[in-house]
Amino acid sequence: MGRILVCAGTGCVASHSRQVTARLKAALHAHHLEERFQVDNTGCHGFCEQGPLVIIEPEGILYCRVREEDVEAIVTEHLEQGRLVERLLYQDPVTKEKIAAYNQIKFYRQQSRHVLKNCGHINPENIDAYLAVEGYQGLKKALALPREEVINIIKESGLRGRGGAGFPTGLKWEYTFKAPGDRKYVVCNADEGDPGAFMDRSVLEGDPHAVLEGMLIAAYAIGAREGYIYVRAEYPLAVQRLRIALAQARERGFCGERILGTDFSCELYIREGAGAFVCGEETALLASIQGERGMPRPRPPFPARQGLWGQPTNINNVETYANVPLILRRGAGWYASLGTEKSKGTKIFALTGKVKNTGLVEVPMGITLREIIFNIGGGILEDRGFKAVQIGGPSGGCLPAEHLDLPVDYDSLTAAGAMMGSGGLVVMDDSTCMVEVARFFLNFTQAESCGKCTPCREGIQQMLAILTRITRGQGREGDLEQLERLARVIKGTALCGLGQTAPNPVLSTLRYFRAEYEAHIRDHRCPAKSCRELLTYHIDPDKCNGCTRCRRRCPAGAISGEAREPHTIDLELCARCGTCLDLCRQKAIYVE
Amino acid sequence: MPGVSLTINDKKVRVPAGTTILEAARELNITIPTLCHDKRLSPFGACRLCVVEVRGRKNLPAACVTPVEEGMTVLTESPAVVEARRTIIELLLANHPLDCLTCEKSGNCRLQDYAYRYGVKRTPFEGTRDQLPLDDNNPFIIRDPNKCILCGKCVRACQEIRGQAVLGFAFRGPATRVVPPLDVSLGESDCVFCQNCVAVCPTGALRDKYLAGKGRWWEFQPEAVTCPFCANGCHFYLLRKEGKVVAVAAGGAAPGRPMCLRGRLALTLIFCEEPPQPQIKTEKGFAAVSWTEALGLEELAGKLWPK
Ligand SMILES: Cc1cc2nc3c(=O)[nH]c(=O)nc-3n(C[C@H](O)[C@H](O)[C@H](O)COP(=O)(O)O)c2cc1C
Ligand code: SF4
Ligand code: SF4
Ligand code: SF4
Ligand code: SF4
Ligand code: SF4
Ligand code: SF4
Ligand code: FES
Ligand code: FES
Repeated sequence: MGRILVCAGTGCVASHSRQVTARLKAALHAHHLEERFQVDNTGCHGFCEQGPLVIIEPEGILYCRVREEDVEAIVTEHLEQGRLVERLLYQDPVTKEKIAAYNQIKFYRQQSRHVLKNCGHINPENIDAYLAVEGYQGLKKALALPREEVINIIKESGLRGRGGAGFPTGLKWEYTFKAPGDRKYVVCNADEGDPGAFMDRSVLEGDPHAVLEGMLIAAYAIGAREGYIYVRAEYPLAVQRLRIALAQARERGFCGERILGTDFSCELYIREGAGAFVCGEETALLASIQGERGMPRPRPPFPARQGLWGQPTNINNVETYANVPLILRRGAGWYASLGTEKSKGTKIFALTGKVKNTGLVEVPMGITLREIIFNIGGGILEDRGFKAVQIGGPSGGCLPAEHLDLPVDYDSLTAAGAMMGSGGLVVMDDSTCMVEVARFFLNFTQAESCGKCTPCREGIQQMLAILTRITRGQGREGDLEQLERLARVIKGTALCGLGQTAPNPVLSTLRYFRAEYEAHIRDHRCPAKSCRELLTYHIDPDKCNGCTRCRRRCPAGAISGEAREPHTIDLELCARCGTCLDLCRQKAIYVE
Repeated sequence: MPGVSLTINDKKVRVPAGTTILEAARELNITIPTLCHDKRLSPFGACRLCVVEVRGRKNLPAACVTPVEEGMTVLTESPAVVEARRTIIELLLANHPLDCLTCEKSGNCRLQDYAYRYGVKRTPFEGTRDQLPLDDNNPFIIRDPNKCILCGKCVRACQEIRGQAVLGFAFRGPATRVVPPLDVSLGESDCVFCQNCVAVCPTGALRDKYLAGKGRWWEFQPEAVTCPFCANGCHFYLLRKEGKVVAVAAGGAAPGRPMCLRGRLALTLIFCEEPPQPQIKTEKGFAAVSWTEALGLEELAGKLWPK
């Protein structure tokens, strides 16, 4: 029997995949094909931009941007006559070739999908689909081992936390295991507050049981009988799928009392967070679960010793937990063979910005940025020049072309002034102004500061004020030194990771693109031609045919010239609004 | 002797495990400036003024919340520390009214003291200096949110000592403020005017209304007294100016010594030469009442001298 998989991730649902599913079911019925094909929903494939996605199995043919109207063609041409529906196939952005098979698409071919393996291929709302792909086998294996042995396996695998800092997971489990106290907790951090990041959401929506299984293994290893999944309320689909998965897991005896007939019992609960970025910080998250304001507190004591309600608590990220069943099933040795010396396994990135293929990509640690951006990502949009890649979310850093061959692992990224963070990768082309990029990220972090400590609350807003001035052409001598001093103090003294990393976008752009800052301040010039208030508008007399369109619409009355004669702009009067540039059909207006 | 040995500014000290760097430094008579720390309240670590340099650490940890470690080498006034403290003060001043000339708190203000200590004359930053309205529609406390540096001491004092939890943090980022629930005024809140918050506030953001206009801090000769009206025995100060007691100030709470409005009013009646007419909270707001009523003595008086 053939299977037709329709993506029901958040992205595809937004582009109406539910209607596609309904129409497919109706069409199969109308064409009497229900005996031969079964329609199933899956979670996100990470290729949402091409959605809604429809995959026909067993051949693995991928149809992109499928609309309701396309369903009839898929049924009659593909299912009945065995002919591919050419126009719905994915087109390689580089070669322009049409590619039919899912696994032949460059975007997927060069990934190593282990954690995301099930996402897009099984029905996340059906526990049997998970069990059919060895689901809960890892838990079974763990329960047959002593707790210390499970911790050892995780230690040997080399797994490091995927929530940002890359702390060795096995070690964290061991601390919690050894901490005195008989009420211990496991917590899953599913707050995912980085703008543009959606790896955790996709895993929760596409393979929720993997996360539950990972948490249950952790709970067993550290001796916890209760756990919380803290998920942002803005992820309704993830919450819904988690609820379904949890209910099914309880029903089948994977969660709750005497799990799989052993002495181990563990209950898991879902907590919806109000969506403040800082609530992803572990101590703020714990406060929020306890019903307090999500405000970080000093560490030590670390949650491993004093977490939820003062009890030892192991807190890991969604992706970290999703790696755990794999490690138990396939062995620490297998896992440690992926990746680099100090960063093992794979990492999921959200590739966005000015690349041809955007989406979620899972790659082995140690792959170069170039491979991700140019092979998987297909290169820069419109084949413009690559300028920088911002990695690590709002508090990551911007790396220039000279770092394209940097291996992507925790330590190399940190040494280069960026960080792994949760795995955001924003590609920027040569039209991007790096001062503006820094300003953009600081604008986010200053608003999201919890307001508790002085350097973060007061300092970031001052850095933002200076950056804003610079992008408006009001930069002053001494501004860069001021930025550097603030960055140094904020990094060195802020209470939590938010403040300690918030200056990174400024520091990394100052490190690699200092000349661009200087051009803004000294020459009142934006080399990327992006800061509107620093541009000067000119009319090329050879191209201008004197149509008067720009003159009539200029709000500042800055344009003069006789009809059918080349016009000119008075730079003194020009308000730099850009209206004329957009209006001119002769493309006679240019900026400098 | 069991414990932890460490070096602070080239001086060796041995302290029990679990001691903070701040406490260890006090053993050596080294003072580290603090704005948000108070040993009677739970640790908070918010102002970051107490940061110190610890050899081998990248960051500057906050002395008030960082436990000592064996062999630690601490510098409390290194160039990096001084730069950080100056910057933090400059940042606080960027959003501060700088009314020291007329501020009641002048002379008794930690922010002012530390600006003096670190030679911060002006701030290089342009703050927003919001003009938030003064909260003074009650007879006891003037709350000036513009002078608040968000140290959170009042929040903890109200919650941990008084058990009242009137004040709390609200909003995020630069908009963060300490306010009563739903941002109402203190008078409209459940505040019982015990002044625990006033006693701990390091700036002029929370002030005793009785003190307003009574003199500059340095003109007073404070005398510590213990409230005799119940077994708690709370601390107060009689503020004398030119020999006359002009006001009774809250002396700062301690666990088990919660301070209350009644105790302060009674002391005011006893010691002040010109006690103000007391007011109490009624359904319709605050109303002037007799001293017997304010102190809840009516019932007692009724029993002693039946009409
Ligand atoms: C401001 C801030 C936001 C954070 N947001 C997240 C988040 O959304 N998800 C997450 O897993 N970790 C986040 N972290 C990291 C957590 O504090 C914590 O380190 C992590 O959940 C530990 O899990 P791991 O060891 O599996 O990485 C954040 C940290 C900071 C400082
Ligand atoms: S660094 Fe920022 S987010 Fe973290 S505690 Fe301080 S103010 Fe809050
Ligand atoms: S940019 Fe705007 S103000 Fe300047 S010349 Fe063009 S239309 Fe006029
Ligand atoms: S609170 Fe302190 S620093 Fe602020 S105006 Fe009053 S005396 Fe000056
Ligand atoms: S006066 Fe007392 S009850 Fe009122 S806010 Fe201050 S501490 Fe809380
Ligand atoms: S009112 Fe005073 S005690 Fe309360 S947070 Fe502000 S400065 Fe601190
Ligand atoms: S202030 Fe109030 S609580 Fe404290 S001793 Fe006096 S009467 Fe008792
Ligand atoms: S939601 Fe369908 S591919 Fe992401
Ligand atoms: S006194 Fe230590 S952080 Fe405020």
